[in-house]
Amino acid sequence: MTQLTLGPLLFNWPAERWSDFYARIADEAPLDRVCLGEVVCSKRLPFYADRIPEAIERLQRGGKTVVLSSLALVTLAREQRLCADLAAGEDFDVEINDLTMLAHLAADRDFAVGPLVNVYNEGTLAFLASRGARHVCLPPELPLASVATLAAAGKTRGIATEVWAFGRLPLAISGRCYHARVHGLAKDSCQFVCGEDPDGLPVETLDGEDFLAINGVQTLSFAYAGLLGDIEVLEAAGVAALRLSPQDCDMVAVARLFRETLDGRLAPEAAQEALAGDLPEIVFANGFIAGRPGAEAAGHGWSAA
Amino acid sequence: MEGRREGARLELVCPAGTPAALRAAVEAGADCVYCGFRDETNARNFPGLNFSPEELAESIDYAHERGARVLVAINTFPRAGAEEIWHRAVDTAAQLRADAVILADMGLLAYTAERHPDLRRHLSVQAAAANAQAIEFYVEAFGVRRVVLPRVLTVQEIAAINAAVSCETEVFVFGGLCVMAEGRCALSSYATGKSPNMHGVCSPASHVRYQEEDGELVSRLGNFTIDRVPAGEPAPYPTLCKGCFSAGGKRGHVFEDPVSLDAATLLPQLAEAGVTALKIEGRQRSRSYTQAVVASFRRAVDAQAEGRAIPAGELRRLSEGQTTTAGAYRKTWR
Repeated sequence: MTQLTLGPLLFNWPAERWSDFYARIADEAPLDRVCLGEVVCSKRLPFYADRIPEAIERLQRGGKTVVLSSLALVTLAREQRLCADLAAGEDFDVEINDLTMLAHLAADRDFAVGPLVNVYNEGTLAFLASRGARHVCLPPELPLASVATLAAAGKTRGIATEVWAFGRLPLAISGRCYHARVHGLAKDSCQFVCGEDPDGLPVETLDGEDFLAINGVQTLSFAYAGLLGDIEVLEAAGVAALRLSPQDCDMVAVARLFRETLDGRLAPEAAQEALAGDLPEIVFANGFIAGRPGAEAAGHGWSAA
Repeated sequence: MEGRREGARLELVCPAGTPAALRAAVEAGADCVYCGFRDETNARNFPGLNFSPEELAESIDYAHERGARVLVAINTFPRAGAEEIWHRAVDTAAQLRADAVILADMGLLAYTAERHPDLRRHLSVQAAAANAQAIEFYVEAFGVRRVVLPRVLTVQEIAAINAAVSCETEVFVFGGLCVMAEGRCALSSYATGKSPNMHGVCSPASHVRYQEEDGELVSRLGNFTIDRVPAGEPAPYPTLCKGCFSAGGKRGHVFEDPVSLDAATLLPQLAEAGVTALKIEGRQRSRSYTQAVVASFRRAVDAQAEGRAIPAGELRRLSEGQTTTAGAYRKTWR
């Protein structure tokens, strides 16, 4: 049975809203795994760190496996300590988003690998399996052929393979904060302006084309990944889990659409159409999985071509 | 502790896109030259560039006869189902007595450590090892002897890393400047389907179009406008992250201005921070460019080692867009 994972919230939401979001996810969303924690900017963590234990407890009561996600770009001493602390806690599964975590995790410790770690081939998968990897969310830019090869290789090594299936695609991470830059500020005096954009700040081309979205030090796609229509292809490729990345929309409804499609109660194409109907403002793309530019919507039937 | 010897001269690591550029770099005073094979195994997989195995063999002989070393960059991420191509590249580099290979992928590092334990392994900037613990992981797991540091660190952070790691560090000092953590960027892939990690290209020329519209020259990458300049003005190459966009009601270079890196004046601080080697970007550049930049940095490194002032700004005319930055090395960049 294909699992559904809720990825870590990538955006800077007010703490109250953060708690409300996970409470509703815990109680209502048909999800198997929920990743929690700050992946993008360590400066945001203090605003909600004290709320994490309660969210974990509620998610577990809701039947979800809780996974704690590590920071993607680790440079400061404080950030290195966060990684060490995360690795030291033994009560939860950990998802690594940077190899700094491998320096800290005990040798016999199982872990999950997030989409910001470069897993492009069987050799890397084998190495990570030898270090304890059991679940890998693949980099979003991989085409279906690579996904299928890695899913097959993963099966022989006890690794469940996951694909980014909903939400803005994480395209880049930097030492520089673009939210601060757009507001004429620097990272160290950012005034947390990223908090003004719960879905990221859209970046348009000079011809008004929707292009990207910035989220502090992270750059995301403007389009949301939307792989509902590709579920049969992904399952046939041996994918074990799909990742839904939180956006400022009804994520419970999104999770239900995915669950119903995976359960065969909704046809994939009809489900993708329903999703587009629920989120009329949103542009969906599936170019990466189709082996095309990531921004493209390959349409139905690309995999047969 | 394998870090730089106290008082040792900084090592100059120079780019070579062709055998002619390699010879020019060696003649101009490069301590090391780095290059790649003519395929998708290296991160500068541009048409007309790079080395056949035969060319590499001759070039390595040429360099070795003159006391210079050759580092072979095999720093893209092998494609699932086709790792063989990358394995053969490493085998060939070993067989040709390359002085080191520059690798980014964990699977390829593991292969190299196992099959060619005596072949020196450098960690590519594409691996984005940005702190001491991540670097020590690569040292411990794969016997990495040198790490090329990502361009997201300040000089202070580099010093702290050098105090804590058991391998050498190499830093970029001149040339193109990625503003994103290298090896962790799919922007090009999003617009064109071709990525640094998978194909060794970024914002490839094959996907660039220029067209005149309403008295402006529009540069497009894939289906996206990257810049517009008044017709007749020089248009910078549409590298995605240096483009002009609109965000939050403001128009401008959202990610980075079309600047390039010049850290020549920071040589004393980088030496003080314990850096072993300085890297010049630009395997895609011409032979004469390579010659001029290498000669200039040779003078700068020698001046630094002898306690003389670093000649500043002489390379500015060689820089993209005629403006340079010290990038992340200064904290205010962030």
